[in-house]
Amino acid sequence: MAPRPISPHLSVYRMTRYTLATSILNRFTGVGLSLGLPLLVYWLTAVAGGAAAQARAQHLLAHPLMKLVYAALIVSFCYHLVAGIRHLVWDTGRGLERAQSHRSAWLVVALSLALMLLIGWCAFGAGGRAP
Amino acid sequence: MSLRTPLRRVLGAGSAREGVHHWWLQRLTSVALVPLTVWFVVSILALPSLDHATVAGWLRGGTTALLLILLVLVATWHSQLGVRVVIEDYVPAPGARTVTLTLLTFAHALLAAAGVFAVLRVALGGPA
Repeated sequence: MAPRPISPHLSVYRMTRYTLATSILNRFTGVGLSLGLPLLVYWLTAVAGGAAAQARAQHLLAHPLMKLVYAALIVSFCYHLVAGIRHLVWDTGRGLERAQSHRSAWLVVALSLALMLLIGWCAFGAGGRAP
Repeated sequence: MSLRTPLRRVLGAGSAREGVHHWWLQRLTSVALVPLTVWFVVSILALPSLDHATVAGWLRGGTTALLLILLVLVATWHSQLGVRVVIEDYVPAPGARTVTLTLLTFAHALLAAAGVFAVLRVALGGPA
């Protein structure tokens, strides 16, 4: 098979292009969230196993390093949610002009950052939810 | 005049009208995941604690169990569709690609089944 271009290619195109950067970030965060799925199922299974099983799972879930995982999942979720909605708007045929997509790129960054701060504060702030 | 070759016409192998199938399912699941994931995050953050009694009590609510099952199913489906494209884009070798896609599909099916089973086990009265 002849070599074909892959997209979004990480080393050929200029990363300073808004569209490319926001697109590859959407993919990274999507894969990150996929990696979070086993964690969600592990937690649900632990809860289903009863109080003792959940207490055992808590050893792993409450490990200090897991805070990094939760932070990464929060960042991924916020970005993927906002950028995904941008994609859905694009799918209706709106906002595809270059100037519009540059504006929406900044909007995605701003909104997802705000959402990250909000959820991060709720999770890790005083009396936060993180185990 | 048809632009299709006589051989193609005899074989009948035209478009299966499924060109947008994957694309459409990816959109359908993403639209569903917007309310489902926001509900999940808000619910988790609103729980007074994450100890077993609180979480199990939350899960025993019928609405919670129903929405959580939907979340697990739609999220694993959306994830499967997404990582499939990533593998197709970055794993060019046919053998490695097929093996990877097969394993990822099995993994997603396992996650979906285990997630639904866990929710049902609590909702329908598992060990306290």
